[in-house]
Amino acid sequence: MKLYCLSGHPTLPCNVLKFKSTTIMLDCGLDMTSTLNFLPLPLVQSPRLSNLPGWSLKDGNAFLDKELKECSGHVFVDSVPEFCLPETELIDLSTVDVILISNYHCMMALPYITEHTGFTGTVYATEPTVQIGRLLMEELVNFIERVPKAQSASLWKNKDIQRLLPSPLKDAVEVSTWRRCYTMQEVNSALSKIQLVGYSQKIELFGAVQVTPLSSGYALGSSNWIIQSHYEKVSYVSGSSLLTTHPQPMDQASLKNSDVLILTGLTQIPTANPDGMVGEFCSNLALTVRNGGNVLVPCYPSGVIYDLLECLYQYIDSAGLSNIPFYFISPVANSSLEFSQIFAEWLCHNKQTKVYLPEPPFPHAELIQTNKLKHYPSLHGDFSSDFRQPCVVFTGHPSLRFGDVVHFMELWGKSSLNTVIFTEPDFSYLEALAPYQPLAMKCIYCPIDTRLNFIQVSKLLKEVQPLHVVCPEQYTQPPPAQSHRMDLMIDCQPPAMSYRRAEVLALPFKRRYEKIEIMPELADALVPMEIKPGISLATVSAVLHTKDNKHVLQPPPRPAQPTGGKKRKRASDDIPDCKVLKPLLSGSIPVEQFVQTLEKHGFSDIKVEDTAKGHIVLLQEAETLIQIEEDSTHIICDNDEMLRVRLRDLVLKFLQKF
Amino acid sequence: MAAVTRRPWPCAPSSGPRPAPRAGELEAARRPARTYRLRGRLRGAQRHGGGAARPHLGTAGTAVGLTMDPECSQLLPALCAVLADPRQPMADDTCLEKLLDWFKTITEAGSSLLLLQENPCLVELLCHMLKPQDLSSRVLSFSLRLTGVFAAQEDCFQYLQQGELLPRLFGEAGPLGGAAWTAPTVRSGWIQGLRSLARHPSALHFLADCGAVDTIFSLQGDSSLFVASAAGQLLVHILGLSMQGPADGPPSLQAGDWPACAQKIVGHIEESLRSMATPQITQALNVLTTTFGHCHDPWTRVLWVRLSPLVAGLLEKDPVPAAHSLVDLLLSVARSPGLSSSSCGLWETLAQTLSRLSPTQAGPLALGILKLQDCSQALRAQAFAVLLQPLACVLKATAQAPGASGVLDGTVGDFATVDTLLPSKAACVGLLCRTLAHLELLLPLPQRPCPWPQAPLLGAAVTLLQLCQGSASPTSDTGRHLCALLLGCVRVQRAALDFLGTLSQGTGPPELVTEVFAVLLEYLRSPDSSPTVLKKAFQATFRWLLSSPKTPGCWDLDPQALLFLRELLPVLQKRLCSPCWEVRDSGLEFLTQMTGRWGGQAGFRHTLLASEVPKLTEQLLRDPESYVRASAVAATGQLSSQGLCISPASPEHPGGQQSPLSELLHILSTDSEGFPRRAAMHVFTQWLRDSHADVVGDTEEFVAGVLQVASQDLDWEVRAQGLELALVFLEQTLGQPGSPCPYAVTPPVVAPACPLAQALQPLCRVRLFEFAFRALFDCDRPVAQKSCDLLLFLRAKMASSSSPQEARSSPDVASVEAALQRWQAGDQAQPLGDLEPEVVLAVLKSMDLEGLRGALAESSDHVEKSPQSLLQDMLATVGILGENEADCY
Repeated sequence: MKLYCLSGHPTLPCNVLKFKSTTIMLDCGLDMTSTLNFLPLPLVQSPRLSNLPGWSLKDGNAFLDKELKECSGHVFVDSVPEFCLPETELIDLSTVDVILISNYHCMMALPYITEHTGFTGTVYATEPTVQIGRLLMEELVNFIERVPKAQSASLWKNKDIQRLLPSPLKDAVEVSTWRRCYTMQEVNSALSKIQLVGYSQKIELFGAVQVTPLSSGYALGSSNWIIQSHYEKVSYVSGSSLLTTHPQPMDQASLKNSDVLILTGLTQIPTANPDGMVGEFCSNLALTVRNGGNVLVPCYPSGVIYDLLECLYQYIDSAGLSNIPFYFISPVANSSLEFSQIFAEWLCHNKQTKVYLPEPPFPHAELIQTNKLKHYPSLHGDFSSDFRQPCVVFTGHPSLRFGDVVHFMELWGKSSLNTVIFTEPDFSYLEALAPYQPLAMKCIYCPIDTRLNFIQVSKLLKEVQPLHVVCPEQYTQPPPAQSHRMDLMIDCQPPAMSYRRAEVLALPFKRRYEKIEIMPELADALVPMEIKPGISLATVSAVLHTKDNKHVLQPPPRPAQPTGGKKRKRASDDIPDCKVLKPLLSGSIPVEQFVQTLEKHGFSDIKVEDTAKGHIVLLQEAETLIQIEEDSTHIICDNDEMLRVRLRDLVLKFLQKF
Repeated sequence: MAAVTRRPWPCAPSSGPRPAPRAGELEAARRPARTYRLRGRLRGAQRHGGGAARPHLGTAGTAVGLTMDPECSQLLPALCAVLADPRQPMADDTCLEKLLDWFKTITEAGSSLLLLQENPCLVELLCHMLKPQDLSSRVLSFSLRLTGVFAAQEDCFQYLQQGELLPRLFGEAGPLGGAAWTAPTVRSGWIQGLRSLARHPSALHFLADCGAVDTIFSLQGDSSLFVASAAGQLLVHILGLSMQGPADGPPSLQAGDWPACAQKIVGHIEESLRSMATPQITQALNVLTTTFGHCHDPWTRVLWVRLSPLVAGLLEKDPVPAAHSLVDLLLSVARSPGLSSSSCGLWETLAQTLSRLSPTQAGPLALGILKLQDCSQALRAQAFAVLLQPLACVLKATAQAPGASGVLDGTVGDFATVDTLLPSKAACVGLLCRTLAHLELLLPLPQRPCPWPQAPLLGAAVTLLQLCQGSASPTSDTGRHLCALLLGCVRVQRAALDFLGTLSQGTGPPELVTEVFAVLLEYLRSPDSSPTVLKKAFQATFRWLLSSPKTPGCWDLDPQALLFLRELLPVLQKRLCSPCWEVRDSGLEFLTQMTGRWGGQAGFRHTLLASEVPKLTEQLLRDPESYVRASAVAATGQLSSQGLCISPASPEHPGGQQSPLSELLHILSTDSEGFPRRAAMHVFTQWLRDSHADVVGDTEEFVAGVLQVASQDLDWEVRAQGLELALVFLEQTLGQPGSPCPYAVTPPVVAPACPLAQALQPLCRVRLFEFAFRALFDCDRPVAQKSCDLLLFLRAKMASSSSPQEARSSPDVASVEAALQRWQAGDQAQPLGDLEPEVVLAVLKSMDLEGLRGALAESSDHVEKSPQSLLQDMLATVGILGENEADCY
């Protein structure tokens, strides 16, 4: 059993598991932090961005000044943003049989895999994962395609040139593999390969293994997966949450008794408690708005935004913010808000019960109804006529490199009355803000990451008790900035196995059994013999048939009748010659009685030695040694076959034959 | 039985059927208890004031209720009959408690024997308990206790002995052997009965004869904790009683000569102390603890000399059994005046105990030792080291360099000690919280250890807080282990913040003080600080700001504290916007405290005005949570007093904001919750007292407005506060009242230059008298009391200034008096109208305010408290029960 690790990002995993005869890809996350090296794509022509000076080498050589721009001491690539793909060279991805998706954030690289690697398999995901994943992809494609960039920078990627660049460009890894965003056509094609599954549904893969999605509690439709054969069980835990937010709670019980538990997608900000962060978010939002400033919340169009809107729904009246408009701007805003209300079966119990009242499960419906929350596909159109300040704007993309957020950063960045509040934990807020410096607006970092923290993981592992834990290497040591925080790492026994990008891990676990079925007529023919109370043995003569990874013992074909005519022999008639079967032996040899028997048969000068595994009976005169162990007996004598046979027969007297 | 037939004993089992109560008695008994109404009370009070005293139980200064009055005597047979009747269960056993209290009062004041002879029904009731029947355990318990109460007097004891009642109730023939004994309340009644009874030498003989002491020994291990505890107490009592000895002299100080009963008890204690079973040892130790705690006679010294080797023997065992009880005993002995000298070897035992017990067990002992007035220095040093040990461990485990823990260094060994001290999260947290609490208790005491290790303790508190927050970066493995244990632990955070606040009383090295402010700021900033932790962080911050070094001659904050304040205010701003109302509330409280202390100082004012805090405070007056609104009202009042409120109407928001006065008046008249309205009244009173600028302009209009609103408030505290405001206004108008303290330096009373009637004019204009008279008949007693005091103060003023113009018998006076009578009767609809000062003076003179005050001083249930009422209630309840039963069939 092997694990191929194609991504180094612990929360955007992409691993391939080879288990029995199947090749299973676990998630295909897309690392978008690479886009932070690029200049933002402004929706409206930005004089500030277009007038940034080109970057030149120390010696004054300015051949890169078209590709690289300098802003407040940082250098950015002036080109269409590119993404860091999972490894494609480590394993032939066309051999992947299935892809299991755990949540909508972990499928963003899917078009790259399904459309460009010769992949011919099936993708499995839950319905909300697919629908919201589609929205995220649609938004991404829309954000990038609607701001076409004439030039595409590639010179800087040259290895010789890259090492001359300042950090962080100099240190960016695998830049040659960075790719531009996929198209909507590729998205559609990729999504068409997905087969929808429900929680606890058992899916057979070629008869060899069975995969089952379980609720992971993190997002709408998010799942952990169980991959099991008859005797082995592998759990894949990715992006799970024990907090009571909107999704169905995590199913922990089904993860019990795994041989291997692959653990990814823990919280990215283990030191920030989501509750505290929500409080921080509300306080800062109210403080800004009360002072007449605007609040900008760069966010994804689905996920935490639902919880934030719910908190605000409860908070705005108490904070006297009832008159402040909330705007949600995204090409998929409408679909996201509406989808969230229709996936009732995937919601937590409280929200599910609301549906039967019937009431919308999320209170943002009421915010929309009362005109407190308005949503728009983009800045253009109705929004510009409705827009009034002070206000709160939720919009993407959290990297601040594309999407409507770029416009608001340019618009509001100059006033210290305004505040940008970062709630998505995926991007370093300082790096995201770098191309907007100098910035007068206040910046608040309230990352809300509801995924498991290390305390919860430790409890989970104690409860489900897997034999082995496999996780990204980042989880096996404290974060570099807080090396004393031993609590910020996985602590389990035996220690977790860690992996890093482009590594192949042989999982520490050997398959020992395979299930074989016996045909009824063959079973009828067996005559078991009890050798110990409760244990019976029977010899079986049969033919093993293997098809679709299922093994069946069938009765052996009858011996061929001698045929008179010269018929042509068919391949199937060519039965193997059955050798004369030696009887099977069972039982144990009581040493004392054996020695007495030897003495009775004329052997003298017998010595018995105890060994770790049994006994050695030494016939000193005959220079012969009988080694008796639990599962074997050896007679060692020098070329005296007669003696050996005599002794053998004496040994056999103590054993049962059948 | 023989005794019963020999003597005309009223409770003889053969005395035939119980005489039925007479019809009149029953009727009187079944009369429902009178309900007590306010108006009745006032009328009664007036009668009382006029000398028509009614018998009240427990009324101070009266002897009524101490003897059985005829009405009660009349009701008693019916009640006894009810109690003895198992078909009429007492639903409420608090009645029995009250009844017992009443009998105790009577027997303490007079002869029990006489009582029993005059009320034979009582003995009948007690005898009735001896019959085999299905009696309620409550009544049986009550009877046992009642018997004890009667038998406390020796002559009554003898009387009851004659009838063999006592042995039959308390001996083996009584409930002791029967099914009733399974009820804990009966066992408890048995013990309490004996406890009351054991007051004289005859009782001791009785106890010895009936073998009660052995039963008490066994009851020490009773399954009911109350019974077990009472058994222990009884043993202590019996021991004390037997050691008082016979009348011919004090008992011998030689243990061997002690009375048999005492010998028996001490023998039992010795046996228990030698036992291997911890519960028995605990019982013995508890008995001894109580003995040494309550009795300081010379014989206790002999007792300790005799038992101390056995107690010391407990320390040899591993683990030390019943450690908590042992600590209690040793401290009790050490506190005993006759025993605390070193000659008893007590200090050695204490020192040995300190070293033998685990840190958790030794902590309370160490604290107790340090609280002792006289004790050897070496022992004090050892105790202090034990107390400091957990904190020393923390410092050592997190120290960057060896020796950084300073004075605490000597108190701790190696890391192995740390491991034993702080093994698991629960143990570690418990130990640290207890240590911090102990040190906090010790700090203000005069006998606290000297030198006090202020700096290391500050360091330890700061380190603990950093560990809990995850901001400490320990280098050692133990430190990291500690960090993992304490991370996010709210209990330790709270305890450490409290302790840190207490430490602000002392000084510390400047770099440590900087660290203190840094850690406080960290807590105030952290989004993960729970509301309670945050509140404590605010409190500690205020205390540290108070203690920050002062610039000579200036009350302002020192430059460093101002710098801190500049960092703090943005945090406070954010906290005032928190979604959690507790946080907003504690933020406002903190602001109020700060403004009250430094509001007049330039540095503070400047920093505060540069922030958004005043504006946010004003917005919080409209918070949905009433507690927050109340705190915002207090904060606004304080800010406004100091002139720190935002400008009422800025050009950008014309008419958008009101002045604080009108805002608070609006709250007083419209807020649906009591807290904000009370807070507003407090602020107004304070403003009037401080001559706030908004008030000084037109004080009369202000007072009139506030009183008018307050008089209609449904919340009595608001009305009471209105009287406080009225009193302030009265004082300002008429001059200060006489100081209650005879030694206080009082300025010479400035008598109003004008005649009193004229001086009363402003009070009439603001309708203060109408407000006060209305309050005088308020249905809530504190309001009426306050009003009464106010009017009495006014009348005292009146007496001191002779006023020639009085309208004693004018028609106005008569109409006002008539209106007041209607008010008193509950009809307060009609206003008094405009009052002339002369009329007010005349009305005041004619009122019996002293009488009213006396009536109001009585507790509101004094009528119900009368024994007669109690008896009636009990009978009435049973009557009702009976009726229900009849209805059912």
